[in-house]
Amino acid sequence: MRKADIANHLCETIGVSKAEGMDLVEFVLSSMKLTLQKGEPVKIAGFGNFMVRSKGSRKGRNPRTGEEIAIPPRRVLTFRPSQLLKEHVNS
Amino acid sequence: MTKAHLIDRVAERSSTLTRRQAETAVNAIFGSIRDALQRGEKTEIRGFGSFCLRMRRNKDGRNPKTGETVPVPEKRMPFFKAGKEFKELLNQEPLHKKEEPSEYTAT
Repeated sequence: MRKADIANHLCETIGVSKAEGMDLVEFVLSSMKLTLQKGEPVKIAGFGNFMVRSKGSRKGRNPRTGEEIAIPPRRVLTFRPSQLLKEHVNS
Repeated sequence: MTKAHLIDRVAERSSTLTRRQAETAVNAIFGSIRDALQRGEKTEIRGFGSFCLRMRRNKDGRNPKTGETVPVPEKRMPFFKAGKEFKELLNQEPLHKKEEPSEYTAT
């Protein structure tokens, strides 16, 4: 499934044009992105929580050359599915 | 940000949608991803990330109260992987700092 499929589904559910559906999907995704970029979590009831975690620097190794390199501190995104979503995909 | 905030923003932005419709719209977006996962289908969203399923093997669990061994069956777990662009967005340096090289090893 792709973004366009979500937009199409949206057109059918709320009766908007394809372009509006696509706009809505884009808007929702970019709002989520902006919030997460600020470091704030996004909590979607019945779906799951998206949050940003900070990782400290550590030493890594280039698996091909065995060369040791420093991995700088960085921020990663984690998604924790809600209990409901977990049950849904197993039903 | 919660789903309610997200719905408020959608309703504020749109001149044609009522709050009720905005709510339906936001629920429909996450609902279609959820239903795709239920069908075992992956959802890929450019610039955001992808949702897919991972299998959890069956294992023996334990009732923490009684210590009794109970079998835990194999199950499917929803999994999200952030897209490359999104990952980079999270690690953009503030404007006054110089950008660091982004040659990290893939994890």
